[in-house]
Amino acid sequence: MTTFIQTLIVGLRLGSMYALVALGYTMVYGIIRLLNFAHGDFIMVGGYAIIFSVPAVKAMGLPIWVAVFPAIIVCALVGMGTELVAYRPVRKNGTAMSALITAIAMSLFLENLAQAIPAIGPNPKVATQIFPSSGIKIGKVTLDSSTILTIIIGLAVMLGLYFFIQKTKIGRAMRCVSEDKEAATLMGINVNRTILITFGIGSGLAAVASLMYISAYPKVFTTLGVMLGLKAFVAAVLGGIGIIPGAMLGGIVIGLVESFTMSYISSSLSDAFVFLILIVVLLIKPAGLLGKNVGEKV
Amino acid sequence: MTLKKMNQKGFVVNTIVLACLFFLLALLSNTGAGKGNFFRLVLTPSLWQCGYLIILATSLNMVLGFMGQLSLCHCAFMAIGAYTAALMSLAFQRAGVFKSPKGAVFILIMFLSILCGGLLAAAFGFIVGIPALRLKGDYLAIITLGFGMIIVNVINNLPFCGQNGLAEGSAGSSLYKNGLGFGMKTKVTYLWVAILLTILAVVMMFKYVRSKFGRAIQAIRDDEIAAAASGINTAHYKVLTFAYSAFFAGIAGGLYACANGSISTSSFAFTNGGILNSTFVVVMVVLGGMGSLTGSIVAAVLMFFVNYEIKNGAWVAMLPSGIQGIFKYPMLVYAFVLIVVILFRPKGIFGDYEFSLVHVREDLAKHRALKAQEKAEMKGV
Repeated sequence: MTTFIQTLIVGLRLGSMYALVALGYTMVYGIIRLLNFAHGDFIMVGGYAIIFSVPAVKAMGLPIWVAVFPAIIVCALVGMGTELVAYRPVRKNGTAMSALITAIAMSLFLENLAQAIPAIGPNPKVATQIFPSSGIKIGKVTLDSSTILTIIIGLAVMLGLYFFIQKTKIGRAMRCVSEDKEAATLMGINVNRTILITFGIGSGLAAVASLMYISAYPKVFTTLGVMLGLKAFVAAVLGGIGIIPGAMLGGIVIGLVESFTMSYISSSLSDAFVFLILIVVLLIKPAGLLGKNVGEKV
Repeated sequence: MTLKKMNQKGFVVNTIVLACLFFLLALLSNTGAGKGNFFRLVLTPSLWQCGYLIILATSLNMVLGFMGQLSLCHCAFMAIGAYTAALMSLAFQRAGVFKSPKGAVFILIMFLSILCGGLLAAAFGFIVGIPALRLKGDYLAIITLGFGMIIVNVINNLPFCGQNGLAEGSAGSSLYKNGLGFGMKTKVTYLWVAILLTILAVVMMFKYVRSKFGRAIQAIRDDEIAAAASGINTAHYKVLTFAYSAFFAGIAGGLYACANGSISTSSFAFTNGGILNSTFVVVMVVLGGMGSLTGSIVAAVLMFFVNYEIKNGAWVAMLPSGIQGIFKYPMLVYAFVLIVVILFRPKGIFGDYEFSLVHVREDLAKHRALKAQEKAEMKGV
């Protein structure tokens, strides 16, 4: 029973990390129908931004986790820059396939640019401890503070985002653009600006996810985002890509599947199980868990 | 000229040109130039690598370019082919069928292993294709990605696919004993195998694309519902093409097993930063032009040249010194070039144009006439 609860908590922790990254994927996909392969690398950018801003935060006497705020700004800028420099021109005169290739190329570009910058380099960097290492013991289950904080931050950010999308004017504009671009333009919505803001928010969420990642595994390297991004991407598809609650649900499911396979079946097969779940779900419900299957118009 | 006569003429011209190239290379490898270090250490490994990259890119182009379905598990089929070929030849070697990589028996077993690699990959392509091809677009991409991850992950966890292979294997490590993975000397000797198989594979794909099957899958790409309404069994053709394409990916894997002494799953994995990653194959196809097999060949060779720098900067040394500095970060240059190409020529180098030796003169004349017409129209406006 202790193992079960411990595994459940680890799964929730992983899941809230995946869910935050998946939200970025799903928001971008929902609005411009693009699988943004570079999103995983925004996590890497966020990780390095946190590492480099920790000394400054320490010097100001603030708690270390405050370093996430500069990271959010950096990530949002990188995300918006990617949209402006690469995606927008391709969207204007390319096909869906060329947009996908641009995303793959952007991902490669970011990874290798990071390696080429002398302050970063190809070797992994070790991060300082983000959260204080105290813990609570309930029965035989230990909960360290970083786990609790990760889950709480994850839930808070997801709730905040949900209300932002549902209640504010910008959120409404986002939903409009993702439903119908032309109609949104006719209603006086600045489509390009809305897309830009979506990129900014999605990439900012990646920075929060990188804070969670660092608090769990205090090591940052240039290809950190690849596998993490891929799994988050799977989470987004699992929940129904383009649907915001779907990404949260998918993230939690993927996190739980991963942690339960790791502790009960085989740690080296956990990736295979994650993808197996995805395949099974897609075959039964092709539009994802929360997606609606829309018939094709002829 | 009737169509049949033109086809005959094309067949003759292509055969003559290919035979000439083949004999020139055979001559080169047997004369003084073939004994030099450049041929042994640079040219031969490059030709092997170009061979399997060309097969890989053209076979994906059938699915992506001609059938319009995005598949992200092509390298997993290649891994299946590579492991099958390596383990089968190893089994023959352990059974004592051949002692050293020489003689007719070895050549027979080499071809047999590569063929079996292809067939097993095709079988897996069939198994993956039946459920996966029910989905479309981005969902198909993600489900094939999932299948690719699972295949590579499972191979990594099979005990007989690691270390010494077969009964002496251990899961999770790379396969060091490889019946086909011979040294440099035999790699030079059997260079003709790589070239022959590449030519054969490309010819077979050209034949497929221009047959009834090829027309059917192009109809599916253009409009699936219209194709189904015209009496094309779309599911049948989609799965068949997927398996046919997986077959050639398996053949490419067999060639990879021949060219490399040890194989490891990490080189086929999705997270691998090198060239053997399913996204790179997609990039090759799009860069060359979707729906142009000759374009894929050109793109595969180009990709090889950019990637070759990572291991061995021999050709960069030939460039003027001012340009050499950029290649300190080859992957960065590569990503940049890719973005620029996509921004300014979204349909790839060749578009859907097929290069042909017979028609190259007419095509050039047509192109010029078109340009001249455009110019005249511009003036008229």
